[in-house]
Amino acid sequence: MPSSEPAGADPAPPGAPAPDAATVLPSAPATDLPAGAAMDVPTGSTTDLPADLGRRLYRDMLTARRLDGEAIALQRQGVFPAYVSLRGQEAAQVGSAAAVDRDRDFVFPTYREMAVALTLGVDMVGYMASHRALWHGGLYDPMASRFAPINAVVGGPVPHAVGWALGERLRGTGGCAVSYFGDGASSEGDVHESLNFAGVFAAPVVFVCQNNQWALSVPNERQVAGGSVAARAQGYGMPGVRVDGNDPAAVYTATRAALDHARAGGGPTLIEAVTYRLEPHSTSDDPSRYRDAAEERAWRERDPLPRLRARLEAAGHADAAFFEQAEADARATAERVRDGVAAAPEPGGADLFTHVYREPTRELARQRRAWQEEVEL
Amino acid sequence: MTELSVDERHAAGTVELTMQQAVNRALRTALAEDPAVLLFGEDVGRLGGVFRVTDGLQAEFGADRVFDTPLAESAIVGMAVGLAMNGFRPVPELQFDGFAYPAVDQIVNQMARMHYRSRGTAPMPITLRLPSFGGIQAPEHHGESLEALFAHVPGLKVVAPADPADAYRLLLQSVRADDPVVFMEPKARYWDRGPVPVGADASGMDPIGTSRVVRPGRHATLVAWGAMVHRCLEVAELAAEDGVDLEVLDLRWLKPIDADGLAASVARTRRAVVVHEAPLTAGLGAEVAALITERAFRDLAAPVQRVTGFDVPYPAGPLEPQYLPTIDRVLFAVQRTLEF
Repeated sequence: MPSSEPAGADPAPPGAPAPDAATVLPSAPATDLPAGAAMDVPTGSTTDLPADLGRRLYRDMLTARRLDGEAIALQRQGVFPAYVSLRGQEAAQVGSAAAVDRDRDFVFPTYREMAVALTLGVDMVGYMASHRALWHGGLYDPMASRFAPINAVVGGPVPHAVGWALGERLRGTGGCAVSYFGDGASSEGDVHESLNFAGVFAAPVVFVCQNNQWALSVPNERQVAGGSVAARAQGYGMPGVRVDGNDPAAVYTATRAALDHARAGGGPTLIEAVTYRLEPHSTSDDPSRYRDAAEERAWRERDPLPRLRARLEAAGHADAAFFEQAEADARATAERVRDGVAAAPEPGGADLFTHVYREPTRELARQRRAWQEEVEL
Repeated sequence: MTELSVDERHAAGTVELTMQQAVNRALRTALAEDPAVLLFGEDVGRLGGVFRVTDGLQAEFGADRVFDTPLAESAIVGMAVGLAMNGFRPVPELQFDGFAYPAVDQIVNQMARMHYRSRGTAPMPITLRLPSFGGIQAPEHHGESLEALFAHVPGLKVVAPADPADAYRLLLQSVRADDPVVFMEPKARYWDRGPVPVGADASGMDPIGTSRVVRPGRHATLVAWGAMVHRCLEVAELAAEDGVDLEVLDLRWLKPIDADGLAASVARTRRAVVVHEAPLTAGLGAEVAALITERAFRDLAAPVQRVTGFDVPYPAGPLEPQYLPTIDRVLFAVQRTLEF
């Protein structure tokens, strides 16, 4: 997918907050960060991008793109009842997740963080099982994966991240929580409560708001009063960072700085990664009812994948052989996951009862026996 | 089911405490025995809670383990979920029952389901303390009976103690349990004094979901929980003067409900009256009546009677005595079941 578009010369799409207002955390010692720090710096495309990091980001973004395509196809084939594409948000997700320390940190997603899961090394067949409706939270092990169960109440997991992070602070173990949510969720009371709690407790948590411009059918200007989620950080006494969410290097740098800041005892950061949901909200959605094709086209011009490729090529960080191999590997992974999730067995009926309690009640055991007797008739 | 045998077993370590002190004592024991236990909520730290239930605990265990939160019930419960996923054993407090409503998503969609959603991998040993029920002529939203709401939610366990001894042991049992428990403390009984076997350990406790007969009787069973247990004991005293011998069964656990205990009592008395503060319609009395009918239909000599609050919003102070089940209303129900 070569692009002739030079890196760093992206036109601002119509109707979108100008990503050139993006800011990243300065490289100054984290503890010097003032509350609400929002320093204007050039767009992330000038952010330093070492070759190996750039190649790693590209491979994960491409794999996510291919897997996303396979998932849409599985929905079309009737294997998935529905799917929520993240196409267009690969840089925001992979860039932020690549900064996470998988041994110490813990990620709290909502339901569109497939590329985050992929980057963290989550079992993707288990992840996709959620979209095949085999198990709501997914079939991966969330505790071992450091990636909480998929959660459709978009504000719901945000206070969990604060609690988990507070636990790290109390124990002094140095882990950070990373909470993903979107511009729609930013309207939820739980997000406000969580930002305030995190500020009060100086919890080591990084809030990553992927502002993809649309909360299902409602645009930013009908969702985010004041026009910026990151600007709200100042009111919570934490740094707020608005970053070009289609530049993985900028997102990575901001997330890495926020994690370092939190690990050093500096408390939480709110990152707003400005990006775009290129596909419908879900496979059940029809965006032609609420947004212009021209806007979508303009954002397709900013597609993070060709943009990163052009940058890697321009910097001499990757050659044609790399891209060929990356494409082959991405397709192989996507096909392996596709085949795996399509072939995954449906849960047995007893799974209705198994995990409701850790210490099961007699009443539930009775219901399970009654169910068993009746299905065996 | 026990008949005060737990008290007897632990008579050696018994002290006189109010229920409020007994809850405090149980929290102290829990904090001392397990460093993973954390207490938090609105005003539970320096102040010691609006009912002084957490009095002295921050001073004794430090502000890292007993701490005030900002005023946001949803985040209090949500934070408990995250702490539980990080290996802690949180004991959050919501200051009053009516303030649980802002936290319903975190209680129902998150806390109650996380263990299930994660296929048993995410531990969720949270005890959500909720000062509950009426009887103190409190302002609006400070006296509500939410047990049917929470008992309806898969994944939760729900318990309401009736006296100081039970408050102590049921709270310790809840904190030690590995599932989320909604612990409903009857505010109206906070200042009632009674013997508390503070030496009680897990081996001396009835299993979760066990009711107890607090007064054995022959002619009818009064089923109650929380403050209504005391009300039913008052009724039984008066009825005894007329030669009516009432059994009082303290359900204690509202989920899981002790269906066997209910059936065993009705097998002895053949009649049952269930008494609760919550409104009638879809209240837990309906569940109790259904369980008795399912398990003990042939033992019943009369339909199960319900004496409850009315299907009205919880009223202001002067109307509260008219709303709560009175001694007379319970006696009338006893009369109806005896004369059926």
